[in-house]
Amino acid sequence: MGAADHGDKELTDATKGASRAARIEAALRAALQPTTLEIIDDSSRHAGHAGAQPGGETHFTVRVTAQAFSGASRVARQRMVNDALHAEFATGLHALAMDLKAPGEG
Amino acid sequence: MAEADIHARIKQTIDSHDVVLFMKGVADQPQCGFSQMVVRVLDHLGVEFHDVNVLADPDLRDGVKTFTQWPTIPQLYVKGEFVGGCDIVREMFQAGELQALLKDKGVLVAA
Repeated sequence: MGAADHGDKELTDATKGASRAARIEAALRAALQPTTLEIIDDSSRHAGHAGAQPGGETHFTVRVTAQAFSGASRVARQRMVNDALHAEFATGLHALAMDLKAPGEG
Repeated sequence: MAEADIHARIKQTIDSHDVVLFMKGVADQPQCGFSQMVVRVLDHLGVEFHDVNVLADPDLRDGVKTFTQWPTIPQLYVKGEFVGGCDIVREMFQAGELQALLKDKGVLVAA
């Protein structure tokens, strides 16, 4: 997996200092090669709630279509996303709503 | 409390109740919209469940995430098996899969 590791490093360097949305996008593109990808920052809707932080970037929704989800259970699909975003959860990502589809699904 | 002890406590909880929801707040007063959504689905289906308020216990709040290897709350368990969080419960409910799962597990009485 040397090639994949190298790719991850490039993305990490390229997104250093970027917004969380940009980092989420880079991580999901690298991990899942999605055919469609939409990232919505819901943080402002949760301002003042538990988990919200003054700088925002705590609550997101992702909508992803990826071949990687084909044949995978709902839990397995979300685990793929959670695993790809481990670093974000470790640094203040509080809530992530997910709509995950394989190509050809609704 | 050591993580292993917390995990043992969680295991005992999910083994001793048919349906367990680890949530923020309690069933009568959820403290988070995602937890509230799952409570509403379970209430709508008439499912009796054991609610565990992770906000009341920081060890448990972290422990349930490492136990399940799942970074968010709520977390629903049926007969000791992890079902999912808010999105999954909602999608399964809308697809009729949650009702089927509960029936299969002998939890939901057919209406």
